[in-house]
Parts: sequence; C-alpha cells; structure tokens
Amino acid sequence: MTFSHSHLLGIEPLTPSDITAILDLADQYVELNRRDVKHSNVLAGLTQVNMFFENSTRTQASFELAGKRLGADVMNMAMQASSIKKGETLIDTAMTLNAMHPDLLVVRHPHSGAVDLLAQKVNCAVLNAGDGRHEHPTQALLDALTIRRAKGRLHRLSIAICGDIAHSRVARSNIMLLGKMENRIRLIGPPTLMPSEIGAFGVEVYDDMAEGLNDVDVVMMLRLQKERMDGGFIPSEREYYHRYGLDALKLNHAKNDAIVMHPGPMNRGVEIDGEIADDINRSVIQEQVEMGVAVRMAAMELLARNRRAKSPEVMA
Amino acid sequence: MTILFKNARLIDPEAGTDSEGWLLIDGGTISAVGGGSELPKAAQVIDCQGKCVAPGIVDIGVKVCEPGERHKESYRSAGAAAAAGGVTTIVTRPDTAPAIDNPETLEFVARRANEDAPVNVLPMAALTKGREGREMTEIGFLKDAGAVAFTDCDHVVRDTKVLSRAFAYARSLGALVMCHPQEPGLSAGAAATSGKFASLKGLPAVTPMAERMGIDRDIALIEMTGVSYHADQITTARALPALERAKRNGLDITAGVSIHHLTLNELDVANYRTFFKVKPPLRSEDDRQAIITAVREGLIDVICSMHTPQDEESKRLPFEEAASGAVGLETLLPAAMRLYHSGDLSLPQLFRAMALNPAKRLGLASGRFAEGAPADLIVFDPDLPFVMDRSTLRSKSKNTPFDEARMQGKVLATYVDGECVYEAS
Repeated sequence: MTFSHSHLLGIEPLTPSDITAILDLADQYVELNRRDVKHSNVLAGLTQVNMFFENSTRTQASFELAGKRLGADVMNMAMQASSIKKGETLIDTAMTLNAMHPDLLVVRHPHSGAVDLLAQKVNCAVLNAGDGRHEHPTQALLDALTIRRAKGRLHRLSIAICGDIAHSRVARSNIMLLGKMENRIRLIGPPTLMPSEIGAFGVEVYDDMAEGLNDVDVVMMLRLQKERMDGGFIPSEREYYHRYGLDALKLNHAKNDAIVMHPGPMNRGVEIDGEIADDINRSVIQEQVEMGVAVRMAAMELLARNRRAKSPEVMA
Repeated sequence: MTILFKNARLIDPEAGTDSEGWLLIDGGTISAVGGGSELPKAAQVIDCQGKCVAPGIVDIGVKVCEPGERHKESYRSAGAAAAAGGVTTIVTRPDTAPAIDNPETLEFVARRANEDAPVNVLPMAALTKGREGREMTEIGFLKDAGAVAFTDCDHVVRDTKVLSRAFAYARSLGALVMCHPQEPGLSAGAAATSGKFASLKGLPAVTPMAERMGIDRDIALIEMTGVSYHADQITTARALPALERAKRNGLDITAGVSIHHLTLNELDVANYRTFFKVKPPLRSEDDRQAIITAVREGLIDVICSMHTPQDEESKRLPFEEAASGAVGLETLLPAAMRLYHSGDLSLPQLFRAMALNPAKRLGLASGRFAEGAPADLIVFDPDLPFVMDRSTLRSKSKNTPFDEARMQGKVLATYVDGECVYEAS
C-alpha cells in the first residue's frame, strides 16, 4: 500500500501504484456493497461534508452513500442556495466550515482550480468531485475500475473518448489516468470541442467517428451540455447526433467485444443511441454507477487512514 | 544648489554606454557629465562607490486607484512606491471608477497627484466616454488640461468606425493614443493563453493570434488616419512582423511590454496562482524569448510595470473569477535586473526602454543625461541580492508575482528635479 496523499484533488499527482491501491480496495467494497448488510465502521466518528457549488444529483448521492456505508456522519450542503448568493467568498465559506472540524470534505465547483484553492485553506482531507473543466478524479477511477473488471486488465487497451473533450473534466482525468496506466488513447470529436494542443498529452486526435473507433476496446462517450448544442460549438443537435452520436453502425468499427461507457446523465439521441445504452452486452453504464460508490468508499478510507497516521491525537 | 555624483557607473541610454564617471546637477537640471579624474566643484558631493547612476524610470500605464478605489492604491502610496522603485515619472491610466474621461475628473486627479506624490505624475485620459467604445471623449479639453495620452486601457474599442473617428480626431490635435491590441471576441472570458498548459489546467484561454489580429486592425487605422499610436503591450511573437512592417513603412507607432511578460511565462501560474493572472495572460516561453529579442533590437520600445493594484479579496478567488493585474512599481527594476544578469539585455538597453524611449514618446526632456535635462536620476546597485517580501511593499495592494522570489538589484536613491525623494535605509 503506497497511497500517501492527504487530498484527492486530481489524477495528475497520482502514481500508477496509487491508482492500483485505490482500485484494489474498491474491489473489496464492490463485494461489501453486494451483501445484504452493507456496512463497515472504518469512518465511524468522522464527519464528511459534501459541498456542491454546482448541481449534481448522481455524484452527490454516490458520495453520500459511500460515506454512510463506511459509518461516517454525512452532511450535504447545497452551496448554490446558500451563502454564495449572499456574496460570501469561497475562502470565507471554507474557513467557516473548517471551524466545524470536518474530516472529509467533498467539493464540486464550477471553476477550475477552486477545489485546490479550498484545500490550501482547510485542515481536512479534500476530495475533488469535479472542478470546472479541470479534473473529476473519482469519475476516472470508477471508469478505470469498470474497465479493469470488464476487460481483466487496465493496460495496453485501446480506448476512445468521444464528444465534448474541451469542456470535460471527465475527459481530462481519464486521459491522465489511462495514460499513466499505459493505454492507447484516442480522442474523437469536432475541432470546436477539442482543447488546444491536446496532442501534446500523448493522445491521438480524430474528428471522424468511424476512423477513431476502429478496433478500440473501450468506447467512452461524454455528455454534451445543453448550452453548447446551439450554433456556438456545433451547428445543431441533429447534425451532432449524425456525425458523433454513438449508434450501432459506428460501434461496428470498434472491436466485437468493445464496451460502451458514459459518465451520465445521458442525452439519448444526442450523443448516444438509446438502444446501445441499454444493451447489456455492450453497455457498462450501470456498472459504472455501481463502481462509483465503491471507488469513493476506497478513496475516502485511504485518505482517512493517512489522516489518522499524520495526526493521531485528532483522531483518537 | 549643485550636487556632484562621483565614482558613478553611468548608464547612459542615449549614448548606449555603461562607463565610470561623474554627473553634476545644478538646481533641478543636469549641468554636466564627464569621465576622468578632474572633478567639478559642487556644494554637495555624493560618492556613489561604483554604483550605477541612470535616468529615472518613466513608467507608462500605472494604475492609481483614485478616484474610486483608494483602498487599493492612492497617490500617496503609489508615489512612495514609485520613489522606492526608481520610477521618477508615472504616467497614470484612466481605468478608474469612474473613468477619467472629462476635464473635471482629470483636474481632480492632477491636484491629488501634486499634493501627495513625490514623483512626477502625468495623467492619461480615456479615449471614449466611460471607456465604453461608443463616443470619443473631449480630447481637446483633456489635452489642454494635461492629458499626455488617450487610452481605454484593456477595453478594446470594438466598433472600428468609432475608433477610426477617434484616431482621426486625435490626429488633428497631435494627441497620442494608446491601445490594447487584442481581438475582443476571441479574448472574451479568457484567463490563460491557449496551449498545453491551459488545456491541462482546464482554463478558458485565448489564442495568441488574437493579439496579432488586434494590432493588424489598429495598424490599418493608423495608416488611414496618421495618428500617433502606442501599443500598450505586445507579448507574442506572431504580432512582431506586423509591428516591424508598420515601423518600416514610416507609421508613427511604438510598442511597449510589461516587465511580467518579459520575466515570467504561462507555467509560472502553476497551481492556479492568481497573482500571476495578468492581462493579456502570460505567454509561452517561446513568446517571452521573442519579445526579449524585440526589446534588444529596439522593435519594442518601452518596458513598463503595468502596475495594477488589486486587493486580497479580488485575488483570493478561483483563477477564472480572480481579478487580473499585478503591482510592479517597486519590482520593475529588480525584475529588469534578471534580464541583465541573464545576459539578455544590457543596462543601457534596459534604460533605453524604461526611461529614454517612454520620455521621448511623451515629448519629455527627461530619461537622458543631456545638459539641461531634468535631474530625474536614480542610484542603484544592480547586484544587491534580496528575497522579495510582499508585506514590505509601499503599495497599498501587495499583489506581486515576485513574492518570496530571489531577486537582485535595488534602488539606493531617487532624485526628482534634483531633490532626493527616496534613500534606501
């Protein structure tokens, strides 16, 4: 066990063995979560606060469940509705919260780097639940666990990430993680949704689905945000679906046993055909959700362990 | 009263020399400069002990936050910072709240400056009312009231017709205009320069091409109207050929660059450090190198601090939301010394860009060692090492990117019109 970080702010600072450590532990929690009694006490007595400055039902529920199953006291704060509207700055909010002595702080924020900033100001372990278009580390980890369980390995796979790469923190974290584990990564999308000089990250870039999907093991679709659909980045929803939506025809270019992934929530008929999303032979979208809880349990346990090791008196 | 500076290392940007000698001032002006061992008589003799004497810095584009945000910077604090930084003339920006866009506000500012600042303060005024890019300001009245140049600062006039009329009108009055070359549509919302770093950090970014498009448009308008034009900051390699061509074609154009773009690059932002958020955003190392070369060759005329005070609250925010700008009056000289110690620029080249050229551009007699020129001088040690501590800055705002940086070069004394306004303790 080598995981020695005090926060989980992104995939970028993690080593391959850190990643393996989280995934191995998460595998155990998958088993726990499938039992009748889904409870452990490893976080008993600890306080977990979920601060979401951006709407999220799924990720927040996943973190909440993960914390509760490990015995933590979990509190959700819907930050959009509260003090932000009253003009309080992020740092003030953090300092206020810090005074309540939380142990684990789960943060989602619409701006890149905001979670890093928060982590510098508080004394607890911070988990990034998505910051702007920067990183979403637990999503990449749950994707990795899903792939590892479906494919039996997490290296030397050919993986296509398709859609709105430019605005996607999921894509960035996945590029980082899958790259560290030595996979071949292809990015497919229109040039308007591709970050500049992304080729420098050791990925192959395609603007054609058929070409990009050729012989891949994993097809990872990204959500196209509603506000980007009209005119600005792509001409229309229907043209996008025609050129970049995943349907059976396009999926035929991938390997026969290729799996289809999506971080959710899906826009059926925009980036993915409904039938493919529901095809239990190809789609692992439900597994992704299941792995999400397990990976978040693992990450929180590891951070809590390191916190105990560093300040035993706090945790006594 | 006469003062003799002896045993000095004279940095003469006009002659391009860096030599030992002495300098004599009489009253408020320079009366003689020489080498050799025969010294003229003087009421006061200052032994410089081999330290440098150079013309005081003329800094175009300093923001003093009066009126509107005096808690960020006042004329008193900016004046003290300038004196300590070896800046003997600050040329102030009109991007205050409200903007300095009418003669009454300009007169208020001039009065405040004269009362509170120990250095020369020359105000610039807005080019359009409220810096909104719709109607030109009273350029004539403002010029009579003492505005030395007209600028909307980082607001780009989007309407080219408005800008062309403002240029033509300014031309008829012989007024200098200063613009921020940038294609505003491309740069809207950007916090970084597009490229690998911005993609990695997930920051909204602007292509460096936006600067070239901005300067291309402005050059066409200069050609149309014949206006005297100064680009506030040229920071990318791609904008240089256009600038070079415009100068070769005889257009009345000059360009500046901030010390931050000469000494820092985009990677310095590292983990979203907002003190490194400036406008335009920091560029790639290749761009930085190209701009240094342009300064050395004289293609870029002016180095400035682009002094922009911001309080803690406006910087302690997520990078995208944080305010842009950095203070620079007190760090301009030590940062410039980085370029000297790295062998990129000589001291005469640096003072050509920091004193002589900006003075010339504004029609000032300072910035040089000529007989009869104002005795705006600094004595400095280019080698003295120190670690920058932002809490020691005299500016009210402490938003410097050089906090905790190892630097070399300190101002020992500053003279304005022959009077000592700062002496290092």
